Amino acid sequence: MSEKEEFEPKIIGFLCNWCAYAGADLAGVSRMQYPPNIRIVRVMCSGRVDPSFILEALKDGADGVLVAGCHLPSDCHYISGNFKALRRIKLLKKVLEQFGIEPERVRLEWISASEGDKFATVVKDMVDQIKKIGPNPLKGGIEA
Amino acid sequence: MKDKVGAVLVVGGGIAGIQAALDLADSGFRVYVVEDTPSIGGTMTQLDKTFPTNDCAMCILAPKLVGAGRHANIHLITNAEIRKVEGEAGNFKVTVTRRARYVDSEKCTGCGVCAQECPVEAIDEYDEGLNRRSAIFVKYLQAVPSTFIIDREKCIGCGTCQEVCRADAVRYEDKDEHVELNVGAIILAPGFEEYNPSLKSEYGYGRYPNIVSSIEFERILSATGPYSGVVLRPSDGKIPKKIAFIQCVGSRDETTGNTYCSSACCMYGIKEAVIAQEHTPGVECTIFFMDIRAYGKEFDAYYNRAKEEYKVRFVRSRIPKVEEVPGSRNLLVRYVAEGELKEEEFGLVVLSVGMRPPKYAKELAEILGIKLNKYNFCSTNTFSPLGTSRHGIYVCGAFAGPKDIPESVAQASGAAAEAASIIASERGKLATVKKLPPEKDVSGEKPRVGVFVCHCGINIGGTVNVPEVVEYAKTLPDVVYAEHNLYTCSEDTQKRIREKIEEFNLNRVIVASCTPRTHEPLFRETVREAGLNPYLFEMTNIRDQCSWVHIREPKKATEKAKDLVRSIVAKARLLRPLKKPTVNVIPAGLIIGGGIVGMTAALELARQGFEVHVVEKEKELGGHLRTLHYLLEGEDPKEQLSKTVKQVMENDKIHVYLGAQVVDVSGFVGNFKSKIMFNGEEKEIEHGIIIVATGAVEYKPTEYLYGLDLRVLTQHELEEKISKEEFKAEKVVMIQCVGARTKERPNCSRICCGQAIKNALKIKEVRPETDVYILYKDVRSYGFKEDYYRKAAEKGVLFINYDDERKPQATNENAKLKIKFWEPVIKTEVEIEPNLLILSAATIPNPDNKQLSEMLKVPLTKGGFFLEAHMKLRPVDFATDGVFLCGMAHSPKYIDESIAQACAASARAATILSKKALEMEGIVANVDEDLCSGCRICESLCPYSAIEMKEQTEEKRVAHVIEALCKGCGVCGTACPTKAVTMGHFTTDEIMAQVKATLVEEIKA
Repeated sequence: MSEKEEFEPKIIGFLCNWCAYAGADLAGVSRMQYPPNIRIVRVMCSGRVDPSFILEALKDGADGVLVAGCHLPSDCHYISGNFKALRRIKLLKKVLEQFGIEPERVRLEWISASEGDKFATVVKDMVDQIKKIGPNPLKGGIEA
Repeated sequence: MKDKVGAVLVVGGGIAGIQAALDLADSGFRVYVVEDTPSIGGTMTQLDKTFPTNDCAMCILAPKLVGAGRHANIHLITNAEIRKVEGEAGNFKVTVTRRARYVDSEKCTGCGVCAQECPVEAIDEYDEGLNRRSAIFVKYLQAVPSTFIIDREKCIGCGTCQEVCRADAVRYEDKDEHVELNVGAIILAPGFEEYNPSLKSEYGYGRYPNIVSSIEFERILSATGPYSGVVLRPSDGKIPKKIAFIQCVGSRDETTGNTYCSSACCMYGIKEAVIAQEHTPGVECTIFFMDIRAYGKEFDAYYNRAKEEYKVRFVRSRIPKVEEVPGSRNLLVRYVAEGELKEEEFGLVVLSVGMRPPKYAKELAEILGIKLNKYNFCSTNTFSPLGTSRHGIYVCGAFAGPKDIPESVAQASGAAAEAASIIASERGKLATVKKLPPEKDVSGEKPRVGVFVCHCGINIGGTVNVPEVVEYAKTLPDVVYAEHNLYTCSEDTQKRIREKIEEFNLNRVIVASCTPRTHEPLFRETVREAGLNPYLFEMTNIRDQCSWVHIREPKKATEKAKDLVRSIVAKARLLRPLKKPTVNVIPAGLIIGGGIVGMTAALELARQGFEVHVVEKEKELGGHLRTLHYLLEGEDPKEQLSKTVKQVMENDKIHVYLGAQVVDVSGFVGNFKSKIMFNGEEKEIEHGIIIVATGAVEYKPTEYLYGLDLRVLTQHELEEKISKEEFKAEKVVMIQCVGARTKERPNCSRICCGQAIKNALKIKEVRPETDVYILYKDVRSYGFKEDYYRKAAEKGVLFINYDDERKPQATNENAKLKIKFWEPVIKTEVEIEPNLLILSAATIPNPDNKQLSEMLKVPLTKGGFFLEAHMKLRPVDFATDGVFLCGMAHSPKYIDESIAQACAASARAATILSKKALEMEGIVANVDEDLCSGCRICESLCPYSAIEMKEQTEEKRVAHVIEALCKGCGVCGTACPTKAVTMGHFTTDEIMAQVKATLVEEIKA
């Protein structure tokens, strides 16, 4: 990608199978349009998302990482995986800040299987926000 | 008698019908589901959220629908009706008419291109007329089956759909078809019809656009509804500032003939008010009601939250009339509050419409030869709540009387048990079992990946350049074959995939198409049929999450599709075959509790051929039923009790342990081992399932002089007195909600209103001159019990409302018992001197629950009742497989409801006990014992207690996964500090490879 072209962020989305992934499917079924910047990785539960997955993604040059699971408190298919994700992402954001990476690059959302519109809005919003923040500083480092 | 048939017909494919079908099909029977509309799912598909958990209705329902649609032993016959029933229990012959659909279900892939091109616009019934659909349509987006249908009344026959259909599925010449089914039993689950509110013309429904019915409002609230979930007024698309909910429209109303209570409207009304504010913050909701009947489990807690957190205003008043304000199109609601007539303007009015029997109830009853009650709901009785008047035909759901979803689900499972007991001898005889080739051993082989990219008609191919993606796939590491298909899911492509696996010796298969949520099971089956382990298959979604959402950016969509294929290839190269662990099943059950519920469950299981052990703490069977002398509906509880006890004691398969207690439980689904203390000795029992039926107890009041004044009794004590013919009081006061709906115990005890009405009516029967006063907060005589409430009022029983601010007071002055209370109609404090004061004491959890819950590792609610796996759709299951609950251990309930749950628990148990071995999900955690440090973090995090510590050496204990309990969420793997725990199919390596491949290519480019 040349520097002069408009910056198109690359976002990795870890979506839980039962709610958020289904919500993303519904956005499709309803033909809601959102920017093609996100690549989705399906996991069974947001509680499966190891903070190291997010760190690796950032290290490999992702400009943003979305983690999306079932709504709190009781939608989680596995009882409480969403709470575990919540705690981990909160901690991770603190760590990122200390490393000089904008914590806004990592976003945690609760999206139900009927919230296709919310999924589309979150993606749009995140792309806009990351365009404002600019490319992941680690990406340049790797290229160099 | 003719030979029995191991198949069941289920009439109606709503949530009740589907639950019954799944339970029977999972227990080894063939099931036919005949559904009137083009798709299954029923009313629940139209709902936005469900009370009291605010779960999204479609999210929790869709997996069941897909499960039913794909089940080898469930045959869905949609757009069909039954015409004739001959024969008898065990062997019925049923004639069904399948109406023409004009679309070939074998060929239609549900891609929806036809509907987009169809020039016709018709009213969308699914969106309750608030939206439009085409003449060729599916009922709702996630419909099962997803086959489209042509509405021939609206179709103009232009031929467009036939032209655009790449699957060649449109059949204009299609005709109605008659199908003959041979079944052993029939379950009726035709549901209900909403009351048509235009019949109550005083409310102006149909005349004023901003008055909607509650089901229309569900669609308005739904993200898939006409306004994408934002609360808007139909007249002008503006957000209403104030919304009024009018309860009891077409219920509890003599002018409509529906004098019964529709049972679910109070809760759905409260839910709709709460969700309206969640979706559109700032709207103010007011509910006009007569009594708030929040009688179910945790319902009152929900009601309180609506009042306190969501500031929903509740006004006790029946609304005589609604008028439109010209110009603003607001609505003027007149009501009576604090004795005064008031007037208030609202932007939107929601009418909480009641439930009516299905419109073809009479016709159905005639075809089936069953009796209806006076309202045309199916006639049942207290001790046989699921039986119809014809042997071999059972009923569940709203057709047996208005009810909410969990009650319908419990009844559905219960009806499945009853149907199964008729044809238990035929189990497995008509069930299909697939023959599969042995699995190839691919270990040590280099990955050989095959990629199949789907055009999905033009759904993908219209945006994404599919051939380009295929050519790209061929360049990826280890990909030895790639091709594109018009429809990868079609039957002929399945054959092709199997051939290509053979031809190219593929050992990993990828499909890039739609969503794995619906299609992964199909493709896994296909690769398994070709001799590959099903977990060597992976899928990526280039339709729902690519072509459909980037319609205007074909280039970028194609690039994205390539990225997705590249990343899934990276994951697939690392895939390892997984074994589905199997566990043998001990075909016996343990039932804890020997009341009517435990006994019913035991009899149901025994009738299905399983051994049962019933452990009862007391020296006698019967539990709570032993204290009852008469019932509201008139049946004789004593007679029924002795009949049931006799049946239990005479049944060879049932082993009863009286005065016994379970002291230890170990093992897991299919293989439990329990110790019971019986006759002073410890006895060990092996069993495959556990049913908790330990009931509840009556609260011993500390209020209103109970225990201090002998004239103060509980309802049970009054019943005892009346039955002994010792009752002679001239004046009786009853106080409701003693120990219930309080700060400490916020929930309703459900049965006390019925008890009070029952005893009041009995008093009026044995001593008509006695004055009876009932002081209540809300009279919760839901369903057909409303008739008895009205009867009591007609007989002169005085019902007087009180609230928490002005509770009644009882005093004993100079041996005179005095009750002081506030009379809200005449606004005066009244004092009377009754001969008896009767307290409707709460039903509280059995004090043994805590100990038992710890032993079984199952949760309790805050209040101390047992907590089921899911309040809505799994009412009698615990989250722990193989453990079930029923009756008052779950929450307070009437006998018929307890019996339905007992049958339900036995049906759920039979889905396990009927199998020789259980096949578990292959995606489970495993532990590398060398890496495990024994820190026990995973053990503490696992929500299913599936991890235990075992001794590896004398000094070292390591984590061990009990595969039978693991559900595969992966929480343990994420938390493990030494990365000793991995999740099958979602290993850290696999996910990391997938992430890296997504990103790294871009950096190179």
